[in-house]
Amino acid sequence: MTLLHPPQPLPSTISTLPEHSEHSPLSIHAVTVAYQRKPVLWDVDYDAPPGQLIAVVGPNGAGKSTLIKAALGLIPIASGRVEMWGRPYPKVRSRVGYVPQRESVDWDFPVSALDVVCMGRYRRIGWCRPIGRSHRAAAMEALQRVGMIEYADRQISQLSGGQQQRVFLARALAQEADLYFMDEPFAGVDAATEKAIVDALRNLRSSGKTVLCVHHDLQTVSDYFDSVVLLNMRIVAAGPVSEVFTHENLQKTYGGRLTLLSTAAEAIARDTGRSS
Amino acid sequence: MIHASLGAITDVAIEWPSLADIVRTLTLRAGYNTTVVIVGAALLGLAGGIVGTFALFRRRALVADALSHAALPGIALAFMVGVALAGHGRSTPLLLAGAAAGGIAGLLAIHAIARWTRLGEDAAIGIVLSVFFGFGTVLLGLIQGMSTGKEGGLKTFIYGQTAAMQASDAANIGAIAIASIILVSLLLKEFRLLCFDETFARAQGWPTNTLDYLILAMVLVVLVVGLQAVGLLLVVAILIIPPAAARFWSDRLDRLLWIAGGIGLAGGYFGAAASSLLPRMPAGAVIVLTSGLFFLVSMAFAPRRGLLAAAARRFVLRFRITRDHVLRAMLELKELVEPSIAADPHAVIRHAGASPLSGRLAILLARSQGLISRSTDGITLTPRGLENALRVVRNHRLWEQYLMHYAEIAPSHVDWSADLVEHVLDPSLIADLEKALSDDAERSGLPPSAHPLTARGRP
Repeated sequence: MTLLHPPQPLPSTISTLPEHSEHSPLSIHAVTVAYQRKPVLWDVDYDAPPGQLIAVVGPNGAGKSTLIKAALGLIPIASGRVEMWGRPYPKVRSRVGYVPQRESVDWDFPVSALDVVCMGRYRRIGWCRPIGRSHRAAAMEALQRVGMIEYADRQISQLSGGQQQRVFLARALAQEADLYFMDEPFAGVDAATEKAIVDALRNLRSSGKTVLCVHHDLQTVSDYFDSVVLLNMRIVAAGPVSEVFTHENLQKTYGGRLTLLSTAAEAIARDTGRSS
Repeated sequence: MIHASLGAITDVAIEWPSLADIVRTLTLRAGYNTTVVIVGAALLGLAGGIVGTFALFRRRALVADALSHAALPGIALAFMVGVALAGHGRSTPLLLAGAAAGGIAGLLAIHAIARWTRLGEDAAIGIVLSVFFGFGTVLLGLIQGMSTGKEGGLKTFIYGQTAAMQASDAANIGAIAIASIILVSLLLKEFRLLCFDETFARAQGWPTNTLDYLILAMVLVVLVVGLQAVGLLLVVAILIIPPAAARFWSDRLDRLLWIAGGIGLAGGYFGAAASSLLPRMPAGAVIVLTSGLFFLVSMAFAPRRGLLAAAARRFVLRFRITRDHVLRAMLELKELVEPSIAADPHAVIRHAGASPLSGRLAILLARSQGLISRSTDGITLTPRGLENALRVVRNHRLWEQYLMHYAEIAPSHVDWSADLVEHVLDPSLIADLEKALSDDAERSGLPPSAHPLTARGRP
């Protein structure tokens, strides 16, 4: 990869990363990903703490989605490797759930909400076999967990954006995984959906699952997540929210863009404070 | 068929078949050959509709068109090989193998251009389609000049020759239809996932490329057997039109498959029957036109997704909104002047911002619903009308609340104009907003409205 131009090294006040451990649900070892000639992720090293809700935060184009896609083998990794519980992803697929970005599919496709959730069971059902009653029941239970049971038979284009997002989450829940990757599940959702997703995430945590969640809303990071990864092409800082999610680290992640962001955030905080 | 004189254009008499002929043809009693053709065309339509459903949802419609065009040079080369090896090229299996090879070559060319250049797939399809077809046409010219003389009816592949269908051809098509039904039944789940969410399918470890090639292989098989019957210019229609028409009738992939198959079957059956009854009509074109007719009817008249149904829904909604605006305008006018005084309808319509015609219609609607009563002085709100008007005002205020509270987290909802909100928001959200509205009013000391507001808008 001589075509890659390494970015300017960042000041090394980066918090110490945990040792790579065989028991970590997700270990990313020196992963570099490039589209065409442009590196998107540069030498990313990360071990996910088990049983936590982890936010991946960073500016647009920081490689947040790319990190998830690289971990799931959806895009090629230029160098480095990803392991889950010390094994390559193809060996542990059945233990890993995935919520892609909502915009990545055509919601006019002729299926019902239940049909979509059943897709989370397909791997268990296996080739050429119809969807059995027990799998349908599991899918219904997943819909129940995101508060969408009464929409099971609704065609997916007739759901609101937030309801569609909940269907995607239910599909991942139906996978009954131990490690979940979620790509912006909170993007553009209504208040009811936001609450439903947070509840589902907390349920996952209390049953010992690990969730890695691309997140864009800096205000809610400390409320929703235990651990945070600040990403801007490389990992700026990673660790418990209370230690790592500091103004200084955010400044490093977002650069000049944060000032604009924080002004907006303060304005919103003022507004909501006044009206609620 | 060019007639000798211009005056004869009115003489282009279609010999209309008798009713007895029509019945005999449709009940498959019009002779062996006609029956074979009708059955074969119907089975081709069935296979096309089912296979085409996945081609459509994988967005392969244009690829399929390019494949059928790319078959022509394959057919011509196969013919030349036949001449070179056996002295003649008119061996159907050889020509069909050539067609398939041409289609595969076209497919590979599209993939290569789309993958290794910065051109999009659409450009690649346009290039491959035209270049391959042009090459095939040149080869046909060469064949005509060859020492063996005749091009041996290769041109029938361009426009199709349904009438030449043999019983063995129809049997082959039937076998292909059955095979595709079996394959689709077995892999319905896998294909559904691939078409809806390829990324998720890959993350789950399904071999999406293999499944994709399987769909393309089925497409290729249907195209190749369809070439002789419908011709390579039109054969893509038997793949695309039936599922596109079926989409208007169902929201479920499994049902949609059978509807598409049924529409394809009916298109082939009626199309082939019509062309056998109207001897000068080329069957391929008539089959495609029949399917096109099914599509038009579906697009216009399907109960929920059809254009008429959609237009009717829009009309009803707008009408209701205008009516609500009229009610609100009357409330506001009464506030401005004095209660219990009848309002001038023109003033109401102007105040509501409605056009004179729709405003008048809205008043008529409101009167028929007992919301407005009319006297010689003008129009007044009935008690029920007042209740409705209050509800409209309340909802408008709630919408303002909604924008203030949720605009930043629900960008998908802010496209709606403020006038539409009361028809959009769900009751639980409205209850939340009501709470915020009354809290706001308490804090600011301003009355939320000139009217007491409760959950149902009842004063």
